[in-house]
Amino acid sequence: MEQKPQASADEQAHVAAFEARIDAGESIEPKDWMPERYRKQLIRMMSQHAHSEVVGMLPEGNWITRAPSLRRKLSLLAKVQDEAGHGLYIYCGTETLGVDRTELLDQLLSGTAKYSSIFNYPTLTWADVGVIGWLVDGAAIVNQTVLAKASYGPYARAMIRICKEENFHKRQGYEIVATLANGTPGQRAMVQDAVNRWWWPALMMFGPSDKDSPNSADLLRWKVKHKTNDELRQRFVNLTVPQAQAVNLTLPDPDLRHNEETKNWDIGPIDWDEFYRVIRGEGPCNRERLEARREAHEQGRWVREAAAAYAARHSGARATQVA
Amino acid sequence: MTDTNATTTGATPDSQGPLWEVFTQAEQGAPHEHAGSVHAMDAEQALQNARDVYSRRGEAISLWVVPTSAIVASAPGDAGPFFDPGNDKAYRHPQFYKVPRGVRGL
Repeated sequence: MEQKPQASADEQAHVAAFEARIDAGESIEPKDWMPERYRKQLIRMMSQHAHSEVVGMLPEGNWITRAPSLRRKLSLLAKVQDEAGHGLYIYCGTETLGVDRTELLDQLLSGTAKYSSIFNYPTLTWADVGVIGWLVDGAAIVNQTVLAKASYGPYARAMIRICKEENFHKRQGYEIVATLANGTPGQRAMVQDAVNRWWWPALMMFGPSDKDSPNSADLLRWKVKHKTNDELRQRFVNLTVPQAQAVNLTLPDPDLRHNEETKNWDIGPIDWDEFYRVIRGEGPCNRERLEARREAHEQGRWVREAAAAYAARHSGARATQVA
Repeated sequence: MTDTNATTTGATPDSQGPLWEVFTQAEQGAPHEHAGSVHAMDAEQALQNARDVYSRRGEAISLWVVPTSAIVASAPGDAGPFFDPGNDKAYRHPQFYKVPRGVRGL
């Protein structure tokens, strides 16, 4: 009975000390005390991020066998391999919060975990591969550059590693886009069509508008995020519009115009119904992506089993030798 | 059949394998620094996974992998008292000592 107020006073003191550290710009490390909600929010955010990297391999992996040249194929293979690596960096960071990767993978495969809704759109033509590198990786860079300053040390360090590699992704994408944009009328039409399909989903990658983002306040207060979804989206738009103009591509937004006062490119309204539909699982490729992921997991089972058997046999052999 | 061994290595028949911490040396003469972790069934696979995950662009010329369970770390809560014996000895720093004016090279 007397324990309870004592515990909550302790808890309050811990929270105060924790928030003082955050305010002082200190980095929180795995064994440090942290509020349960901070831990939970980080696990949610980081695992979704890791899943996105892994599922993100699917739409592009789809085009590896059909890349138009060996140069393009090498780049795409390396990019897709990077995405696998990025997933692993972030899973590794998430595990420092006391959750096992097997558990996270189970959540992905069972469909209970979320991942970025962008990967539920199909890659219909080769131009999509270029546009994904340019817009999707471009948007991810804007997001991740800020996350590299996140208050949780392992997350920030994973982001620094990722940011160093993403620029290659964006540039290889833009090179494909620029090549097609300067190509035959058919190639131009193909790349413009891809831009038209990816532009709005790319803008949705930054998440709901600030006023509708339920997790933003905590994440901002605890400096996991340093910028709001809308601020990051605006930064991305401002960076991207001149890049589209440079290769004479248009962006599918009749309301897009430069605001002389704010120096921003103002955009028209985003179709948030579409965003929530895709998150709910009603996007064009949600089922296909999860099925492909499950199939890959099952096809890898024998490798994991063989490696476990090999390791067991060898540790047995060593034990016998020592005896 | 392999259950006993699997338990000692922390692996179950379909698992990601135990966790290993990865340390990379960026260049000759530099210290090995913690890069992250990988899952692997044994040390050899841990090294290969660490190479594929943490050195795709020449980030390392040498790798160490250590079973995470083998690492012993100081506790953040005890950091103050634990490091005190080193922190309160100003005489271990050169600035503690007075040098006559004009003397150089000390």
